[in-house]
Amino acid sequence: MAVCVAVIAKENYPLYIRSIPTENELKFHYTVHTSLDVVDEKISAMGKALVDQRELYLGLLYPTEDYKVYGYVTNSKVKFVMVVDSSNTALRDNEIRSMFRKLHNSYTDVMCNPFYNPGDCIHSRAFDNMVTSMMMQVC
Amino acid sequence: MEGLTLSEAEQRYYCDLFSYCDTESTKKVAPNGRVLELFRAAQLPSEVVLQIMELCGATRLGYFGRSQFYIALKLVAVAQSGLPLRVESLNTVKDLPLPRFVGPKNEQELRHTALYSSDADNSTPYSGVIPPPPGRVQVKKGSVSHDAVQQRTSTDQQESTSPVVSPQQSPPTSPHTWRKHNRHPSGGNNDRPLAGPGPFWAPFSEAQPGSSATGDPIWSGHSPPPHQENWDQTTVRTVASATTANEIRRQSSSYDDPWKITDEQRQYYVNQFKTIQPDLNGFIPGSAAKEFFTKSKLPILELSHIWELSDFDKDGALTLDEFCAAFHLVVARKNGYDLPEKLPESLMPKLIDLEDTTVVPVISEVGDQSGEIGYSSSPAEAPPSKSPSMPSLNQTWPELNQSSEQWETFSERSSSSQTLTQFDSNIAPADPDTAIVHPVPIRMTPSKIHMQEMELKRTGNDLANPTSPLLVKPPDLSEENNVSSSKFVAGNTVADGYSSSDSYTSDPEQIGSTVTRQRSHSGTSPENTAPPPPPPRPHPSHSRSSSLDMNRSFTVTPGQQQAGVVAYPPAVPPRPPPSQGVGPHVHRPVDAESLIAHTSTSPQQIPEQPNFADFSQFEAFAASSVNEEEENEIETHSEVLQVEKPSDSAGSLRVSKTDGRVEDKAAASVPVNAGKGTTPLAPPPKPIRRRLKSEDELRPEVEEHTQKTGVIAAVLASQPSIPRSVGKDKKAIQASIRRNKETNTVLARLNSELQQQLKDVLEERISLEVQLEQLRPFSHL
Repeated sequence: MAVCVAVIAKENYPLYIRSIPTENELKFHYTVHTSLDVVDEKISAMGKALVDQRELYLGLLYPTEDYKVYGYVTNSKVKFVMVVDSSNTALRDNEIRSMFRKLHNSYTDVMCNPFYNPGDCIHSRAFDNMVTSMMMQVC
Repeated sequence: MEGLTLSEAEQRYYCDLFSYCDTESTKKVAPNGRVLELFRAAQLPSEVVLQIMELCGATRLGYFGRSQFYIALKLVAVAQSGLPLRVESLNTVKDLPLPRFVGPKNEQELRHTALYSSDADNSTPYSGVIPPPPGRVQVKKGSVSHDAVQQRTSTDQQESTSPVVSPQQSPPTSPHTWRKHNRHPSGGNNDRPLAGPGPFWAPFSEAQPGSSATGDPIWSGHSPPPHQENWDQTTVRTVASATTANEIRRQSSSYDDPWKITDEQRQYYVNQFKTIQPDLNGFIPGSAAKEFFTKSKLPILELSHIWELSDFDKDGALTLDEFCAAFHLVVARKNGYDLPEKLPESLMPKLIDLEDTTVVPVISEVGDQSGEIGYSSSPAEAPPSKSPSMPSLNQTWPELNQSSEQWETFSERSSSSQTLTQFDSNIAPADPDTAIVHPVPIRMTPSKIHMQEMELKRTGNDLANPTSPLLVKPPDLSEENNVSSSKFVAGNTVADGYSSSDSYTSDPEQIGSTVTRQRSHSGTSPENTAPPPPPPRPHPSHSRSSSLDMNRSFTVTPGQQQAGVVAYPPAVPPRPPPSQGVGPHVHRPVDAESLIAHTSTSPQQIPEQPNFADFSQFEAFAASSVNEEEENEIETHSEVLQVEKPSDSAGSLRVSKTDGRVEDKAAASVPVNAGKGTTPLAPPPKPIRRRLKSEDELRPEVEEHTQKTGVIAAVLASQPSIPRSVGKDKKAIQASIRRNKETNTVLARLNSELQQQLKDVLEERISLEVQLEQLRPFSHL
């Protein structure tokens, strides 16, 4: 369902970014980049006192006419940003949540790999496959 | 062809090879078949072989004349040493080692190896060493016995599949490496194709100390020193040498499954494992494994992929099985095999639930291969516990019977979440064949495990007769909980499958999605393999309309149920006045906390917007829930709690982990109920959920809740009986396990039903929110 999936590290640089329509990649990269501001805003808005109860799923970050951007942040401040097509109205909130959950799980698996140094770009094939499965549904 | 200058050793070697190929004794032409066989034994890629043939002119001539043959052999040597194939290289390459061909599995060939390529100088300890051409002296020595041996070898080779002609590997390196391997038990045979080295090594080691005929004095002189120095090194050398030998043997058994681990290889891996982790039941932490495998000098990316494949339970550590799989993959990769995308079945670890010191066998739907049979012996090696977080999967059925006595300990086991959290991720990949992944909410309670095992047992034993466990269940239930049992019976009888707990019908897709959502789910594979007793009904259609009809059939539900049960969620049963009916439903969606703010306001909107057909039901539900909370909460609470007391902790654990949706619903409803006026927005989730859970069960109108309560109660009630039956009848245990699995299935279906309701409620919630904003914009956060 997603047209673009990005994993952003704590320092706000991308660990993994992939979009489906490859010709418009730059546009999605830009979108993800601008959405980071919204993510930060949401994180701070949650309140410092409620950090442990902070919902990982941030919800709709901001919609544009073509697509919507959803955000999800882990406890280690790794952010997942997903761009979905606005025309995909059947996409419900809980489905987005489930997609983020899958992302989070796959990300955890990548982390568990001792050969992966945190902060590196994610090259895991399993992670790629999972993202592909999420994105392929569009096509 | 240009003139070919051969050293004396080469000359002799080639001459012998030619005579070997010269089956027709023409002394002039070697038949193509033989030659091709020989070249195949050289273990070169086919395109290289073709290139060689072209270069030497055989393709032009159509046959292998002596000169062509010699040229070809030289080119083989060139190719094997990694140099590009050029005509010029024929004469320009100095000190080219003799071409290597996969040797036959007999001692004479080993002697051949020794004779032909003994190298006095070569003691460099690195893999893939090609010995420089043997010294003259040795060659002469070798040639004497060589002829005699050649006769034998030719005859032997007539029978062997892979025509072994010449030395298999450079003895100078191979002696110490081989000997090293001998020290490492089973000498690191890594692949079936690599199985050759093993038998070779054994005879070779005998040949080494014992062979005195020719060339050995030189060897023995050389092998000890290199042996000594190599001995200190560990895996790098071993892997390297294994790789070398394996490369030679690569083609010898390509027909076999390359991913099978032979016993020798496995033994070797086990010993390597011991060097890192002396406890075979323990596991290697990621960092240690990383160091170990980094020594193999594979690129990090590939090692990372190997890790992903082999760390089956994704716990960041390698158990023995995982380690063997990883090692096997590393060796295969070093030999040029491409890494698979998924873990081959023969490498899948037999997952054992360590924490529990019991073996939870899982049916391996993926074809049982002989490799797995080899694995089945591993429980003997490391029976009770492997890695703490390795759920057992892919174990063959025979294992079940073995471990049935171990199931007893399950009941005493305090299952930890770590154990169970692994299940989900493991099961999904473990059973790629199963399209449906049931989200069996594996909970900490032993009952759940039992249910899984029950499922497994039932599936394995009686795939064709799913009704039997069901039928077994009701009697047991009736003993423990009349209320729940009656419901259960109704719910579980296959014949009544449809009429019974519609809430239990499993929606495979939903279940599957639940599985993927919840990592903490486990035991999905058993669910997959065991078809749920009632075939999945047209679930979605039930959600609203037909479910109501179904629910009417359940009005009988006793126990916690109160007034007209009926209404199937999302539409809650018709209950008293609608005060906050929509609220709890509205907030069923997962993000309960975020919606809590709305809950207090939205309910009031409900009466004003009777747009939804279900509103009355919502209201009824809301009212009922409100009423319950206000009036009957305590009493009903106690009722339910009593029922649940036997396993309250399990229940709460289940609550907290099993079904996120249900919990969220419960969580949503609690804040709504608790604070109609001033709702604390975000009460601590877990305790609330537990309370909510019981409240859910309190609500009779919620059919599935009630039934779930019954199921849970039944399950929980049956739990204490499990340890008792432990010492008794195995069948009783299995029956109880089946029962539990049945309950599990039911709960899973319930889960899916609830999720369906959740989705429906979400829609309503969205519309309600819109209205809310319109009417009370200031309240919106």
